Amino acid sequence: MHFTKPSPPSDDKRWRIVEATMRRHGYSPNALIETLHSVQQTFGYLETEALEYVSKALRVPLSKVYGVATFYHFFTLKPQGEHTCVVCMGTACYIKGAPQVVAAISEKYQIQPGETTADGKLSLLTARCIGACGLAPAVVFDGEVAGKVTPDEALQRIGRWTDQ
Amino acid sequence: MNQPVRVKTLKIDDRDVSGREDETILEVARQNGIFIPTLCNLEGLTPIGACRLCLVEIKGVSRLLPACVTRVEEGMEVYTQSERLQKYRRMVLELLFSERNHICSVCVVNGHCELQSMAQILGMTHVSVPYRFPRLPVDASHERFVVDHNRCILCTRCVRVCDEIEGAHTWDVMGRGIDSRVITDLNQPWGESETCTSCGKCVNVCPTGALFEKGKPVYERLKKRQFLPYLTMMREERR
Amino acid sequence: MTPEELRKLAESQEGARPEPRHRIKICVAAGCLSAGSDRVREALQNEIAQRGLEGECEVKGVGCLGLCTAGPLMLVEPDGVMYQNVTETDAADIVQSLGKKPVERLVCPSDMSFFTKQYKIVLENSGVIDPEKIEDYIARDGYTALARVLEDMSPQDVIDEITRSGLRGRGGAGYPTGLKWSTVAKAGGSRKFVICNADEGDPGAFMDRSVLESDPHRVLEGMAIAAYAVGASQGFLYVRAEYPLAVKRLRTAIRQAERLGLLGNNICGTTFSFHVDIRLGAGAFVCGEETALIASIEGKRGQPRPRPPYPAEYGLWGYPTLINNVETFANVAPIIRNGGDWFASIGTEKSKGTKVFALAGRVKNTGLIEVPMGITLREIIFDIGGGIPDGHQFKAVQTGGPSGGCIPEQYLDMPVDYESLAKVGSIMGSGGMIVMDETSCMVDVAKFFMDFCVTESCGKCVPCRVGTAQMYHLLDKITSGQATMDDLALLEELCDMVKYTSLCGLGQTAPNPVLSTLQYFRDEYIAHIVDKQCPAGVCQMRH
Repeated sequence: MHFTKPSPPSDDKRWRIVEATMRRHGYSPNALIETLHSVQQTFGYLETEALEYVSKALRVPLSKVYGVATFYHFFTLKPQGEHTCVVCMGTACYIKGAPQVVAAISEKYQIQPGETTADGKLSLLTARCIGACGLAPAVVFDGEVAGKVTPDEALQRIGRWTDQ
Repeated sequence: MNQPVRVKTLKIDDRDVSGREDETILEVARQNGIFIPTLCNLEGLTPIGACRLCLVEIKGVSRLLPACVTRVEEGMEVYTQSERLQKYRRMVLELLFSERNHICSVCVVNGHCELQSMAQILGMTHVSVPYRFPRLPVDASHERFVVDHNRCILCTRCVRVCDEIEGAHTWDVMGRGIDSRVITDLNQPWGESETCTSCGKCVNVCPTGALFEKGKPVYERLKKRQFLPYLTMMREERR
Repeated sequence: MTPEELRKLAESQEGARPEPRHRIKICVAAGCLSAGSDRVREALQNEIAQRGLEGECEVKGVGCLGLCTAGPLMLVEPDGVMYQNVTETDAADIVQSLGKKPVERLVCPSDMSFFTKQYKIVLENSGVIDPEKIEDYIARDGYTALARVLEDMSPQDVIDEITRSGLRGRGGAGYPTGLKWSTVAKAGGSRKFVICNADEGDPGAFMDRSVLESDPHRVLEGMAIAAYAVGASQGFLYVRAEYPLAVKRLRTAIRQAERLGLLGNNICGTTFSFHVDIRLGAGAFVCGEETALIASIEGKRGQPRPRPPYPAEYGLWGYPTLINNVETFANVAPIIRNGGDWFASIGTEKSKGTKVFALAGRVKNTGLIEVPMGITLREIIFDIGGGIPDGHQFKAVQTGGPSGGCIPEQYLDMPVDYESLAKVGSIMGSGGMIVMDETSCMVDVAKFFMDFCVTESCGKCVPCRVGTAQMYHLLDKITSGQATMDDLALLEELCDMVKYTSLCGLGQTAPNPVLSTLQYFRDEYIAHIVDKQCPAGVCQMRH
């Protein structure tokens, strides 16, 4: 059966990065997770059109793509805010006060973990453990890991983003 | 298959039985009229050992093993009806009843439901865990069928039959853990699915009233499953 | 290739460079990086450039030095002085002091128990070599074990040596490694796989992460030796997506090793080929389970399969597969180099060798340690760990993550080994060790771990999917003062059922934190239920 490669959802040149990932794995259905990583890294989240494209390109059924994308918590189907703040809720961080950090941010910005502020500036997330237990409580501010974070420090750092 | 298949002799509930080396304890038990309860299992579909109702005790093995996926071995001594197993089976059912909204009196398959039957057979008279009463949707967008997530027990028979027998793979599972749900395509309304062939196989294999046909009265809700082993056999022969 | 040839090869890569008079090694593993060690490194390099000392002094990034709580950490050689909590503003003072009296205020005493009581095998290169330079690894006998294996030993010889060492799986289950290798080696077929499980998901554990960031080649060498022993030619390293630095260092390491013919086709000029690919996890703790991990590499939802059949027989794409943890592989090269008997001389009768622990929580010295099996909990927590800070009292130590249990004061003098930990209701686990003081509520801790299991349950089997949710609900009732003694009885019944009927290890061990806290801290549960009080003052009562 002849397989024609589908064209990406748009002319956005960044799709070439995703295509490169799929090509590297021989367009094999096994490469689904690697491909979704590539899409998320490139575009920030997994859009419906992206899922349809990956489904066609890798010849994986739509529902299977959706099932995989929603099984793994690393993937998000919604666009993230301008800035992301990930509070680690691993055991060591939990014991050392991570819940208080989450509560402080939640209260000030009126969002729960997993949500983004209405103005789209801040997304608050929790992680199960990022492996920085020696520096508990750990928080990741836009990809940068910070250790021994107090609620005040967290609010200070986020304040620098939002007060612009 | 060109090589001769070896036959094993074993005991189930102290009865001497025999089975081919590629047969499971469940298959051999059923051949000999020995009852082992199941829910996620359906002849013709790949067994997955998920519901844990078919767990049996095997002498010399410290763990309980699912009969639907465990192959028979020479000299095995299997026990299927100990008090401990019966207690665990009832608890599995209680957990299922508490998980979603299973109210038999207002259900389309009242009297023809495998979950209900299993509760009766296994003697589940009370549910000792609190009902969770999650708020789950009903999707009636399809022309002929309805999916009511409140009655789903996540047995994934629908997923397997659509993938293995029909080949459309319209159904799959989204999410994880207790937030899991069966979905069609990209979690779109079933009626908008581009892959569904409306064959109705999923409706026919569903053990509860989660998947049902529109317009049929309760007493006509009998599932048609004869096609399954036949189709499976046809495909294997062709291979 | 002989060790001599390897060394020459590495030297030719590096080029002849004069040995610098001073060498500053600064930790650039994730912990210290997040405390700003890269800025410190830059500041030091600027300071050296300004004073024109480039030829005399080298600043080198190294892996984890262990005492994460005091980071950024650095070591000045050849003086052997260790500095802690270094900031960029200290750069001038440090460079000034080279070869003279050290900067007192920054000194981290190297005679601390934290350093002297450790026995480093897995971590022997961490904090010594630059993890991004294969030459450093080779200079410390790197890849000599692989070279020797390919030249002198048969696959069975390798398996025998590993079996003789008594090495047990370091991922948590403690399954005899030699036996596992032997099973895969005996399996039929020409296609086999080796998988390294780097999906370190236990909250509170960061051993594997440190090894991957500080000494990636050690893991690769172990995998290659294993592949030779079992007859595999393709390997996968399954790493959590939450460890981007580890992924980056691994990719670099693989490229470097391939370029030198130490990985890939015709390794060391022999007919043995072994390719390693990296596969990323995506935020699912259950993918640390062998069969779920395999499903993930196959591009599916990470749901476990019933075992038997075990991966050794039916694994990745149905082929015999060897899966071992990062730390297990990291022990292989030293065992081959020094002999299985050497390894077996360390540790206890049934638990040989050393174990890396991630010591965290309410203890003075949090960080990464490696100690011989058989050391007591008291030595770890009070000597190496420095005891409980701020005048608090020890209450319990949690080992084994969400699959483990809490060990109370009365067992502080017990040896740390697989059997002893199991006897007191916990497990060795992957190495996470969280110390708790009287400000922790044990019921709250049990609830924390149950919440983790609810979120991480894959949802395939009924007992885990619904049972953990019901157990969490009961624990929540207890911690909010709304439970009855009937609820406690129900909780215990569910614990039993979920433990024995769940499909995989996640569900089977989910009740462990509850069971162990019930065993040793039952009075706290009763206080919450009957008195509607939280003795530790943590839980908010709702009426």
